[in-house]
Amino acid sequence: MQTTKLVETRGLTKRYPGVLALNGVDFDLKAGEVHVLFGENGAGKSTLISMLAGANTPSEGEIVLNGEAIHFGSVADAQAKGIYTVFQEFSLIPTLTVAENIFLGWEPMKGPFVDHRAMRRRAREMFEELDFPIDPTAITASLSRAQQQMVEITKAFHGDLSVLILDEPTASLTDREVDHLFGFIADLKARGVGIIYISHRIQEFQRIADRVTVLRDGAKIGTVAIDETDEDALVEMMTGRAITEIYPTIARNPGEVLLKAEGVTTPGVSPASLEVRAGEVLGIAGLVGSGKSRLFRAMMGVAPRLGGTVTLKGHDITHAPTREIIKAGLYYLSPDRKAEGLDLAKPSNDNLALNLVMGGTGVSKAGFINWKTVRAESAKIADYVELHEGYRAKLVSQLSGGNQQKVLFGKCFGQDADIYVFDEPTVGVDMGTRAALYLLIKALAEQGKAVVVISSDLPEVLHLSHRMLVLAHGHISAELSGDEMTEDTVLKHFFDESGVTA
Amino acid sequence: MSEQSNQSGAGGPIKRLFVKVGVLPFFLLGALVIFTALSSKFLTGQNLVNVARQSVYLVLVSMGQMLVLISGGFDLSVGTAIALTSVVSASAMVFFAGVFPDAIWLAVMLGAFMGFGAALLVGLVNGIGVAYFDVSPFIMTLGVSSVGAGLALFLTGGVPVSGLPFAFGDTFGFGRLWGIPVPVLIALLCIVVMWVFMSRTRLGTQIYAVGGNIKAAHLSAINTKRTLMLAYMVCALIASLTGLLLTARVESGEANLGGTIALESIAACVIAGVSLRGGIGRVENVVLGAFFIVLVQNGMNLAQVSSYMQMVLLGVLLILAVIFDQLRYRIIMSGR
Repeated sequence: MQTTKLVETRGLTKRYPGVLALNGVDFDLKAGEVHVLFGENGAGKSTLISMLAGANTPSEGEIVLNGEAIHFGSVADAQAKGIYTVFQEFSLIPTLTVAENIFLGWEPMKGPFVDHRAMRRRAREMFEELDFPIDPTAITASLSRAQQQMVEITKAFHGDLSVLILDEPTASLTDREVDHLFGFIADLKARGVGIIYISHRIQEFQRIADRVTVLRDGAKIGTVAIDETDEDALVEMMTGRAITEIYPTIARNPGEVLLKAEGVTTPGVSPASLEVRAGEVLGIAGLVGSGKSRLFRAMMGVAPRLGGTVTLKGHDITHAPTREIIKAGLYYLSPDRKAEGLDLAKPSNDNLALNLVMGGTGVSKAGFINWKTVRAESAKIADYVELHEGYRAKLVSQLSGGNQQKVLFGKCFGQDADIYVFDEPTVGVDMGTRAALYLLIKALAEQGKAVVVISSDLPEVLHLSHRMLVLAHGHISAELSGDEMTEDTVLKHFFDESGVTA
Repeated sequence: MSEQSNQSGAGGPIKRLFVKVGVLPFFLLGALVIFTALSSKFLTGQNLVNVARQSVYLVLVSMGQMLVLISGGFDLSVGTAIALTSVVSASAMVFFAGVFPDAIWLAVMLGAFMGFGAALLVGLVNGIGVAYFDVSPFIMTLGVSSVGAGLALFLTGGVPVSGLPFAFGDTFGFGRLWGIPVPVLIALLCIVVMWVFMSRTRLGTQIYAVGGNIKAAHLSAINTKRTLMLAYMVCALIASLTGLLLTARVESGEANLGGTIALESIAACVIAGVSLRGGIGRVENVVLGAFFIVLVQNGMNLAQVSSYMQMVLLGVLLILAVIFDQLRYRIIMSGR
């Protein structure tokens, strides 16, 4: 029997000035299937779904819905045709109640006034039907991220839902919440809804996917049925190279303990103790929200420090201001290069220069700057991180994520440090750049620096670290080294408290 | 990646100039053409020299305002700092001139220092509020400007302080050195110092960094709070210097000096390409921006535009400048 194609794209292409974001992609979705879109950041997944969702218009090619070519003028257009998208950035207004959010733009009216009672009642009915335990009168901001996602999904059920697009839906969910979501997706499949599912978590695919389409650099690499492929093959399709080519082997030369934390406490993290050694890469793994980043942010003085002591090379830095900690030799690379890493409206050169100037390069005793010296040094750093010369005078906002990350890495070579904490060092970065950044990490560790890699990307932590800590629900659930460091073991410790493994 | 920016096509030379320096060259050209057409006296050497001399005060205040804008805030209390300086320094000079009738310059100096002190207090309070209590700069400096204006009026009972030492007004108001008016010389000196400070010192770099991305600055070992304090205090100090020069010019301490200067200085900065989001701005352009504002006022005077209409036009100019600033920012961030 031939299943009907709900949506189909033919030669879908999207061009931005200077960039081909999507290059002639053919894609189709059948009723009652889960079709996974898989690819690196920047591969074109978001561009593809933004056009299906009506948030963007194609430069070329067409979208065919139930056999007829259509043009979406807006997201509302697409929703009217039954295509609903749950984006990674939720479209919820945090200050409104849950019910108000669900009915935003569809408010039930009583004469000229909004009928709040009917709104709450209907929201409650919808939650019951979907089996979501959420109070419709709660203020949206007070919900957990998982609950907010449920609200977002509930919003999809106003109209006649035929296609549901989920963008990284499990990125911030706990295991139990993921189970719930998958159960829900199965129900939808049974109703004949087609689901486009974007995810990086390759281990989920076996559970829910019917077919997988892999994108790379804006082009479709292929579509495979899930029964006919395996994880390694998918990764190779995604990256265009084998895993061994990406991760370097880092020599391990454990030296003295440089950084020591004892009972460090911060909101969301129960007392945690750890040691960081010179010449070693310490990996920190855990789900989003496990506290792995917050623990180190507290040690840096960027998050509130509620208790414990932190010792850096024998000096107590528990209550030192961030700038003193940095000057003492602990460098922290922010996971969010746009919000707290880079000055986007400045050229790469100026961004690099800032750390050089703060580190005292080319600065006289009286505080005057010799820009010639600074420029020469920043050029050296740019060479070292392999930032192409054409990008150095460009504003950071105009660079790709990978090049921005190179600038961010470059900043940490402006000031002298002994310990480098890399928080999500390759988030939103293409494979080629990743490999380059990993080599920088390797060089640091082999020079005898202490390196900490905090990452939600499990293969990254597994391959880079000599020793690793796993965090779950704000406490260190395991310390692993050598042969213990396998994906299965780590995953088990991810969900330490719920006791369920993936 | 916004849609609008994609539609703007290849950058012509006009657009490149706009992106590089902002709207100022276009406004300046427009003003020159319009006022030359309206009045034959406008484009004369004498008039332009006159404008340069009149613009000293706004140039100074605008440089202070620029510092605060680059740090990511803005200062509505510059006018108050001027008024407070005027009243305090004039009162002090009159008092000390009575105490040391034989050492007039000592009295002038003591008075000036007290004026600086009063303004520094204004800057200090602004800085503490913004840096340590996270009060929005708008509310903080608006509140402080009311407090300061109230104090200035209270101190004098609303009556100008007269009887200043003649030497003060003769030197700093009307004096010339090497044929150049003293206020102009002081302004030139400030411009040079400010230029060096912003482009050649670590502290200047820190102010740019804090305004560009305060979190990134924090993670680059910058004391962000101290940097913000510095910006507000230097701004108040420069306003105070302006207050002294104005006091010397009017030869009395007046609580109503600097009434419109907050708006004018912000307009001068924005027109000169200082970003309201912080992090971007150049001293030399701001000097030109302030000159432009005074030029427009002068042109309107020559063209016999009423002072009420001048207020209207100044407001319109400010809003236009902000709109162009937004456009420019959008072009910069989208790349092309």
